[in-house]
Amino acid sequence: MSEAMLDYDDVIAKYEPTLGLEVHVELNTNSKMFCGCATVFGAEPNTQVCPVCLGMPGSLPFVNERAIESTILIGLALNCEIATWCRFARKNYFYPDMPKNFQISQYDEPICFNGYLDVEVETDDGMRTFRVEIERVHMEEDTGKSLHMGGATGRIHGADYSLLDYNRAGIPLVEIVTKMVPGTEKYAPLVAKAYVAELRDILRSLGVSDVKMEQGSLRCDANVSLSPRGSGVLGTRSETKNVNSLRSVERAIRSEMQRHAARLDDGLKVVQETRHFHEDSGITTSGRSKETAEDYRYFPEPDLVPIAPDPAWVEELRATLPERPSVVRARLQKEWNIADKEMASMVNAGVLAVVMETVALGADSTKARSWWVGEIARQANERGVEVIDVGVTPSDVARIVELVAMGELTDKLARQVVDGVIAGEGRPDDVVATRGLKVVSDDGALLLAIATAIASDAAAAEKVRGGNLNAAGALIGLVMKATQGQADAAKVRELLLKELGQ
Amino acid sequence: MITQNASEMAAAVAAGEITSEALTQAHLSRIAEVDEKVHAFLHVDAEGALAQARAVDAARAKGEKLSPLAGVPLALKDVMVQKGVPTTCGSKILEGWRPPYDATVVTKLKNAGVVILGKTNMDEFAMGSSTENSAYGPTHNPWDLTRIPGGSGGGSSASLAAFEAPLAIGTDTGGSIRQPAAVTGTVGVKPTYGGVSRYGLVAFSSSLDQAGPCARTVLDAALLHEIIGGHDTYDSTSIDAPVPAVVAAAKMRNVKGMRIGVVRELGGEGYQAGVLQRFNESVEVLRGLGAEIIEVSCPHFEYALPAYYLIAPSECSSNLARFDAMRFGLRVGDDRARSAEEVMNLTREAGFGPEVKRRIILGTYALSSGYYDAYYGSAQKVRTLIINDFNAAFAQVDVLISPTSPTTAFKIGEKADDPLAMYLNDIATIPVNLAGNCAMSIPCGLAPEDGLPVGLQIIAPAMADDRLYRVGGALEAAFNEAWGGPLMNMAPSLTGGVR
Repeated sequence: MSEAMLDYDDVIAKYEPTLGLEVHVELNTNSKMFCGCATVFGAEPNTQVCPVCLGMPGSLPFVNERAIESTILIGLALNCEIATWCRFARKNYFYPDMPKNFQISQYDEPICFNGYLDVEVETDDGMRTFRVEIERVHMEEDTGKSLHMGGATGRIHGADYSLLDYNRAGIPLVEIVTKMVPGTEKYAPLVAKAYVAELRDILRSLGVSDVKMEQGSLRCDANVSLSPRGSGVLGTRSETKNVNSLRSVERAIRSEMQRHAARLDDGLKVVQETRHFHEDSGITTSGRSKETAEDYRYFPEPDLVPIAPDPAWVEELRATLPERPSVVRARLQKEWNIADKEMASMVNAGVLAVVMETVALGADSTKARSWWVGEIARQANERGVEVIDVGVTPSDVARIVELVAMGELTDKLARQVVDGVIAGEGRPDDVVATRGLKVVSDDGALLLAIATAIASDAAAAEKVRGGNLNAAGALIGLVMKATQGQADAAKVRELLLKELGQ
Repeated sequence: MITQNASEMAAAVAAGEITSEALTQAHLSRIAEVDEKVHAFLHVDAEGALAQARAVDAARAKGEKLSPLAGVPLALKDVMVQKGVPTTCGSKILEGWRPPYDATVVTKLKNAGVVILGKTNMDEFAMGSSTENSAYGPTHNPWDLTRIPGGSGGGSSASLAAFEAPLAIGTDTGGSIRQPAAVTGTVGVKPTYGGVSRYGLVAFSSSLDQAGPCARTVLDAALLHEIIGGHDTYDSTSIDAPVPAVVAAAKMRNVKGMRIGVVRELGGEGYQAGVLQRFNESVEVLRGLGAEIIEVSCPHFEYALPAYYLIAPSECSSNLARFDAMRFGLRVGDDRARSAEEVMNLTREAGFGPEVKRRIILGTYALSSGYYDAYYGSAQKVRTLIINDFNAAFAQVDVLISPTSPTTAFKIGEKADDPLAMYLNDIATIPVNLAGNCAMSIPCGLAPEDGLPVGLQIIAPAMADDRLYRVGGALEAAFNEAWGGPLMNMAPSLTGGVR
């Protein structure tokens, strides 16, 4: 049953939105948060488990120091204060995919707090910076996964039985919670999207997470509420869960604003509840109601000792922080001398980092950009994967650019090399070798092909000899055909003209 | 042979006077003979024990150096997991569960060549003071089979008093090692919190639980303490420091010049006359040995019991949430139509006994939003006050002493329907768990009115466990001299004949 939606312009005319965003990030540590189990994505179910992450009686957690370090780095990158003393807490609730029936998390003593992140959004008046304040950054463990079998929806209701996979149970999670974000007006959906995108870039630059939304290593819960314009009264919020792409963040917020507004216009109340976003229809549906708030009975985790990060260590970590992605972008845009729009297209395609790497490996920035934004992005798009997952690495692109610059490949041949790399035929040099894609630069071989061409189209040859250089095109075409496109056309032209006395 | 001390048995094995296999078999035979009456064991692992014993004998034959208790049998409280051996915690909800791993204490015991005979009876999930809360029936006190052996570790202490084992492992959350030791005439030690790894100890109350040694002599307890103690990276709360020199302390037999505090609040009203009589005599013995006796006051101890009954149930309500029929143990009502949640509810309803349910409900309530500060929060403040009391006392004295338990062993069934009366058994032992320091119970005689053992508690500061053994060892030597032998010599035979 779809609910009434108010036209977006009307929403903005009558109401002011307030955002709230909770992002869960899986850290890319080699082992889990509280045990030594591996964290490889996609392993056979229940193969990365032990007594600790299965919650076996008698087992005890022990903290992954690397996870603490990663969390502090995140906090520092988000301009947070770092606690000098904090504790884990137990969040108690029963669910089959949570082995201990409590989650080790942090409650009133998060490790990082009071930060902010500035994000840029294109507005009617040009780029504008919105400050998103960060309430807290805290550590917790992920739950297992339930697979509901049978039934139509894959949801628990209507399923015949459920399978449990505990590989994910205990993977380190960092939860980043914003304060309420007012004043975003009609840009609220864009601010939400820009925040998640900027956060993703920061996390990637820190190297602490894979940040793959589609694999769930970055998950966003988007909250929004509306208040009647000028009323100053905060509305009831809804919480849309697990929005799995940047575009969905924007769409989910927009759709919720339209739904809330329609209810408020009809004199109905917005229910405080969890909503699920549907990628296909672009709308949300009701999940579990939060009217009867669950009591998690938090208390300090007695099996773990408090964490007291040494301020000197925190400063050491601060010194290792990479350049902020927004600063990097501004610097590169200047260095590469490109327009806002081109920069934006790279950022939107999610290729900035790989372009940077490619350039760092010696490639010309224009060439590097054109490969990633052009051919490789097109191939990724055809396959429905992210550009960075298509199978081509920055060093591949740098090598291809180099081969073209050395005249060993033409652009056309280079595209075939990219095909080969994507097809898993190896690195560029392997593909060149196995496909035999080298430019024919041997003058003898070319002269032979030219002689054959002259012989087979004597009329054209005669015209060229007579000074009609346009007639050379047909002959060059024959040579290129004979060499299966592996000759450098400019070189062929040069030799041909010389051969015909021009 | 089975009436010897563990240290004597180890010496005999090391000297080749007896094989560990024969020693183990002798204890298995004793168990077969008397455990029907005592019911100290929930599971006897004869095969595993004999295999371990033969391994020790083989090591000895090869001339390998043996650890000080190698080849000596031990009884393991059923709250400690041992790989492949059924572990029930005295509860129906874990019936049939075989753990996939060894507790750190078990690993250490195995590495030391200590032979694990089997798993001993206990109050369900260590909640109780009489072992009557076991889902598998009570354990009987070898001194009087109609009486309780204390709890929760009644099986471990009864196995010692019945000569079914010379050593046992207990766990102590509010007195579960010390009170059973007191009422069975044996020795029991609650080490400093963090002194012995809790990895593999099925948690009742994480911030209070502590595993420790049980034996018939102070030296045997010290030898066992040294084996199971020490830092463990698998237990974040374990202390990264060497085990105090408990064996050396047990052998000192000298308390001259030690300052010993008598806690004013632990004695008097509510304590059995014979218990106080034996305690007061012990004070005089210590004075006679050259110790300085000082009366100290710990005014906040009166709040220890209520604080304990908020903290322990709170933690237990969370710790016991994992018993949900999903991955191990009992599963009730899984007819493929019911939801997982319904199966969880039915399993927990059927699998937990009344005392466990009572505490889960208490703890769930105490942690509820709106009540947390008044209950759990206040209890934690009381905990701090009790720690302050101990700190003030230990500024004046080296150790504190008190009766371990207000009474001798009571009749099975006598307090079963009165939880509050049952809780009062631990009034003298609970402050130590709340503060996290260490304590020992040793026998100090038989109460004149009922002829049953009385326990004396010695309390020392955190990581000063050696002081317990120094005082305990000296007192034990003095008592043995006065009694013409160990108290256990006066225990009744369980087989009708002369032991």
